[in-house]
Amino acid sequence: MLALDPAFLAVQALSGLSSASSLFITACGLTIVFGVTRIVNFAHGSLYMIGAYTAATLVPRLLELSFGPVTFWAGILASAIVVGLIGVIIEVLLLRRIYGAPELFQLLATFGVVLVVQDLVVQVFGPQDILGPRAPGLRAPVEILGRRFPSYELVLIAAGPIVLGLVWLLLRKTRFGVLVRAATQDRDMVASLGVNQALLFTGTLFLGAFLAGLGGALQIPRVSAHAGMDLSIIAEAFVVTVVGGMGSVPGAFLAALIIGQLQAFGILVFPKSTLVVVFLLMAVVLAIRPHGFFGRAEIVGGTHAVGIASRALLPRRHFILLVVIAILAGIPLVADAYLLKVATEILIFALFAFSLQLLIGVGGVVSFGHAAFFGLGAYGAALAVKWYGVSMEAALPLGLALAALGAGLVGAFVVRLSGIYLAMMTLAAAQILYAVAFQWVEVTGGDNGIVGVWPAPWASGPIPYYLLTAALTVVTVLLLKRIIDAPFGYALRAARDSEARAEAIGLSVRQHRWLAFIIAGAAAGLAGGIYAFSRGSVDPSLLGISTSVDALTMLLLGGIQTVIGPLVGAAALHALRDWIMPITSLWRLFLGLSIIAMVLIFPRGLVGTIRDWWGARA
Amino acid sequence: MTLLTVNGLHKFFGGVVAARDVTFTVARGEMLAIIGPNGAGKSTVFNMVGGQLKSDRGKVLLDGHDITYTSPQKRFRRGVGRTFQVAQTFLSMSAAENVQMALISCNRQSNRLWTAARERHRDKAVELLSRVGMAEAADVACSALAYGDVKRVELAIALAGQPKLLLMDEPTAGMAPRERAALMDLTASITESQGIGVLFTEHDMDVVFGHAARVLVLLRGQIIAAGSPDEVRQDEQVKRAYLGDARALEPLRGMSPA
Repeated sequence: MLALDPAFLAVQALSGLSSASSLFITACGLTIVFGVTRIVNFAHGSLYMIGAYTAATLVPRLLELSFGPVTFWAGILASAIVVGLIGVIIEVLLLRRIYGAPELFQLLATFGVVLVVQDLVVQVFGPQDILGPRAPGLRAPVEILGRRFPSYELVLIAAGPIVLGLVWLLLRKTRFGVLVRAATQDRDMVASLGVNQALLFTGTLFLGAFLAGLGGALQIPRVSAHAGMDLSIIAEAFVVTVVGGMGSVPGAFLAALIIGQLQAFGILVFPKSTLVVVFLLMAVVLAIRPHGFFGRAEIVGGTHAVGIASRALLPRRHFILLVVIAILAGIPLVADAYLLKVATEILIFALFAFSLQLLIGVGGVVSFGHAAFFGLGAYGAALAVKWYGVSMEAALPLGLALAALGAGLVGAFVVRLSGIYLAMMTLAAAQILYAVAFQWVEVTGGDNGIVGVWPAPWASGPIPYYLLTAALTVVTVLLLKRIIDAPFGYALRAARDSEARAEAIGLSVRQHRWLAFIIAGAAAGLAGGIYAFSRGSVDPSLLGISTSVDALTMLLLGGIQTVIGPLVGAAALHALRDWIMPITSLWRLFLGLSIIAMVLIFPRGLVGTIRDWWGARA
Repeated sequence: MTLLTVNGLHKFFGGVVAARDVTFTVARGEMLAIIGPNGAGKSTVFNMVGGQLKSDRGKVLLDGHDITYTSPQKRFRRGVGRTFQVAQTFLSMSAAENVQMALISCNRQSNRLWTAARERHRDKAVELLSRVGMAEAADVACSALAYGDVKRVELAIALAGQPKLLLMDEPTAGMAPRERAALMDLTASITESQGIGVLFTEHDMDVVFGHAARVLVLLRGQIIAAGSPDEVRQDEQVKRAYLGDARALEPLRGMSPA
């Protein structure tokens, strides 16, 4: 029995400790930044990645000048400082302008930074992975109970508690630390005491980014710096901060220890699904303690939800609807096969984004993992075709049902949560499903996905499938619109506007939100199913963060305060992508900058801006 | 006839006793005021009656039914309406829609998915708004109303549930003096005509002594005096509680109580 060998267990526990240390150093920065600024910084993972790339490039050059441990560690430290300065730049240019914005905008803006950094890193450091040098003096492994163990890992194990101690000293013994702790407790109070907030926030970002960079730089002897390490570390760092309680440094340490061990030993039980185990831990902790180990309830206010408001009915709305339907039906007369394919995808994503609008714009429930339901619908349909050989007519409802079921399960967990915890939990749910789709190769086909998902004969070919998509999309959007205007939609808005008032007039807020999850999930699942048949295949990326962010970007682009915004946003984003992508390889840079620009300049989106302009003119 | 019975209510926050053995009753058609200096436990008692806080000991009975541990939603169905210290309305909706929403919930229609909400109970909502003098503003968005008007809309929302008991947490906070008197006169006439019991907290002594039938004085979580406005005004302990200022509870010279 390999697993019961004490030496093996010891080595496994030690490697769990060393990954816990690395994770803590990075997550500690994230939690401090959140505590002071109340911003969940997606770009924290990007800073970690920059730290790794910088160190892997800088340290070898320094070692050429003078070989020795001092040079190595000085190089690591210098890289972390460089990243700290980049954090300062991000704070001054972006974060400073969005401290008062709704949290959805903050999440999206920092995700915009993630996209920008991804392309910039490739431009600056090149597309290859960079393996850093091993630390001088720590090259030989040590023997532990007869097993060889890398000595560098032992240094990492020590690094976690050292950083914890230094951060503790900084927070307890310096004026800066006192202010950081005070701001974590009550930001407004600190502001009214005459503290220079700009300096405090910039300093906090330097500290947070420095820790992210340090976490990344320390990795270079273990793993090569590569594109994609940003999103994998940010997912884990989110789990650590959420489980520990957002803003709590000791909480992050405890959570990192637990997660490190869970990963080290979970690999023995579920060899492929450590990610699932980690996210399940988060689900369990949040189900018992909605604010993590040491977190506190968020102070309501400041991060108020934005969404649609009552408006006067358009005078000729039925006529306008007929014109839109006529245009949609007439497109096949003028469009070629390629344009029809684009139009089909736009319609699918419009439906997907519109289903999310029910949660965000109407319910004020910021779901950051809506791709979960899109993907469930797509996989549900594809699996039904692959394993049971059912027809498209049966597969689409099956996909929808699977998505509704998934939304019911996820919804039951998350409706107890609020704000940022809810966003993180929905993100975690989507990541769990992503991991399942990616790792359960026998059933889902893993990375390759499932192919051969073709529509029924009567619906195949670009024109029939386009018409089917248009019909399903129009009918579903009209049904959802009806629901938004019905008492149920109003009840969701009521709970969004004032939860206390909604409860005082007898509304069961959680039950309504749960039902909203199921309806939105079902609609997203339908969109996913149609998408699967339009492409003939599904793959795990449908469940990924970027699919969720696509839907959110469409909402933002179209306008969160409008009903038709998501539809316009879907068309605009898709058109932009088709137009820009062939021209440049820097699509992510462009998309990221666009998201940031929208948050800063047009927070009301295309439809909202046009409507305001129209209203001001009238 | 007794509408609300509060018996031996206790609430601890860690080592702090926010309410100790609070006992009182409210009769139908009666207006009872709870006063006391800041931190006396007014809002704590209030939120335990409204269901926003759970009491640690004691009982709350409405019409003889034990509602000590029921949720705010169920209390609403039993006939408890309330307004908040900072007015809570649905700012994305018009004044009429706010009241319609309460009527929809009152009729248990909030899960309906078909007929538009703005077409439901419209007449009844406008009638309720006209009772608080807000009929003209029925189609104005709540976010565009002046604060005093928002408070009146909130009163209409609370009345939409046909409450037996109305809880008003500092009903006139943030309003101009003239508006205060008008709002309380309005409340008094509505509650009197329908036999609604009113429990309210207030800092404005003119409002308290002008409108309350009885006054309850809280200090450090305990009731130190109860009785008619005149009895309370004469009470030595009450005078000391208000920062030792024996004149704090006297009406201002030259201003008649509203």
